[in-house]
Amino acid sequence: MLTASIACNIFVILGAMVYKMVTQSWLSIETYGLGFLWGRVWEPNPPTPGALPSFGALPLIWGTLVTSGMALLLGVPISLGIGLALSEFSPKRFNYTVSFFVELLAAIPSVIYGLWGIFILIPFLQQYVYPSLQAVLGFIPLFQGTIHGPSVLTAGVVLAIMIIPTVASISRDVFSAVPNAQREAIIALGATRWETSKVVFKYARSGVIGAIILGLGRAVGETMAVTMVIGNSFNLFSSLFDPGYTLSSIIANEFREASSPPVYVSALIEVGVVLFVLALVINAFARLTIWRTLKNVRGAEAV
Amino acid sequence: MNKYAIRRVKDRMMISLCYVALIIALIPLASIIAETMMRGVPVINLGFLLERIPPLGQAGGGIGPAIQGTLIIVGLASLIGVPIGVVSGIYLAEFRESKLALAARFLNDVLANMPSIVIGIFCWTLIVVVIGWSVIAGAVALAIMMIPIVARTTEESMKLVPSSIREAAIALGIPQWKATVTVVLSGAKRGIATGILLSIARITGETAPLLLTVLGSRFWFSGFTEPAAAMPLAIFNFSQSAFSTIDWPKAWGASLILIFLILGINVVVRYYTREKYG
Repeated sequence: MLTASIACNIFVILGAMVYKMVTQSWLSIETYGLGFLWGRVWEPNPPTPGALPSFGALPLIWGTLVTSGMALLLGVPISLGIGLALSEFSPKRFNYTVSFFVELLAAIPSVIYGLWGIFILIPFLQQYVYPSLQAVLGFIPLFQGTIHGPSVLTAGVVLAIMIIPTVASISRDVFSAVPNAQREAIIALGATRWETSKVVFKYARSGVIGAIILGLGRAVGETMAVTMVIGNSFNLFSSLFDPGYTLSSIIANEFREASSPPVYVSALIEVGVVLFVLALVINAFARLTIWRTLKNVRGAEAV
Repeated sequence: MNKYAIRRVKDRMMISLCYVALIIALIPLASIIAETMMRGVPVINLGFLLERIPPLGQAGGGIGPAIQGTLIIVGLASLIGVPIGVVSGIYLAEFRESKLALAARFLNDVLANMPSIVIGIFCWTLIVVVIGWSVIAGAVALAIMMIPIVARTTEESMKLVPSSIREAAIALGIPQWKATVTVVLSGAKRGIATGILLSIARITGETAPLLLTVLGSRFWFSGFTEPAAAMPLAIFNFSQSAFSTIDWPKAWGASLILIFLILGINVVVRYYTREKYG
């Protein structure tokens, strides 16, 4: 049927994506092999004449993992609080309006998050938050060293804000899908509202994990906002106040200027392939978890 | 204090914490909107909307080509993405349980969550390598981002049409494809329109894929195979400028227009679909 052949576009798009990106990055894959993943040097045009360009993605992977981890650490507790507030505690009318505002956060373009990050958030954090953070937590190596405004920590904060709408709205939906019999049973035993919501939370656990993984997927792929606030410096940072680089931000920042040598572009595309694989794994995992929960919950409702 | 009192205090405390989380999340939203208004409004006038983009560091001018470029790129992307997305959605809704549909639905989700920069690279390898930085490459990138969103919402809104309506149509003797096209689609058209609008709002603000495809420019549109200006790219370029007093306000002005456009679409869509959630 005609619709079936058009619906197959999705296979064509993803297939072409894999094929094109792998062939275009083949030069780099061939030259650097698996060592690309743990190389620590990124020199498209080495200072010593005659030396070969070298590329290694470890600091980029490190940057992506740390910023996304920060985003989860800061964003998830807030998102789950919102999810519970909206599904368990607040009145219906209020819910609708507030959900709308939370979802608006997801509608704001990432370049505007970046702009806001540069001119509003960084001055604020640098002046009020970071010095006192260092004063309190300075004994931990992660919080030592010079404080930079555009830094890994700033990127983490911006990402946390950006994943809140995703995680909050999915966890709200998962909480709302918990059958009322669960709530009624524990209320009948004399539980308070908070104790009831703990039961709801436990019931919806795997769905919540799915929501968090989807948030992680968003944080890993986010490009512009991170590029604008992370400081774009290729190093294996040890302090959160250092500037860094992520997989996506190096592509956004260097791709347009990467004309020579040819292996430079190829290496950047290989970074894209790494990002593709990362996103694929994260999303497949999230979908499976959410899908399984919803199936369980619906099954329980039918009984 | 007895045990019950402790439990009650804990109850109140945790519930308040949940509300505090809600407030914390809304502070950035309020701040972004307020700052963009405050810093953007003084910049905006008719000239800002219509005039050409000056080089960085030069006062005056506007963002005319960026507005024009965004309209053209998003328009072209919609022309490509909407039909493909809607038809895919119809397929997913009509053949819900077929193996092909299950696989397509999964890949659709994968594509929907693919980082936009990866889609940008893909279109670079596919199109820019062949014909150079171009409007077409940008439109294809945005269309690829649109397809999964439109397909998903089309499928969801077709599922909402009661099967009794479809059965009634088939009982009257019309073929299944006709029942789908005339009866089910007309029942779902509002949901589909919503999905299309939201996907347009989503791609209008995309920056990363455009960076690798249309490249950005200061000039008016000069052909589909040429680089072009776009709003998000203009904001990015202004924000990276060293001329703080000249270019940064322009970034805020352009942001205000972009936010107004995107949030406007979202608010209107929400307003017209509100009874669904009641």
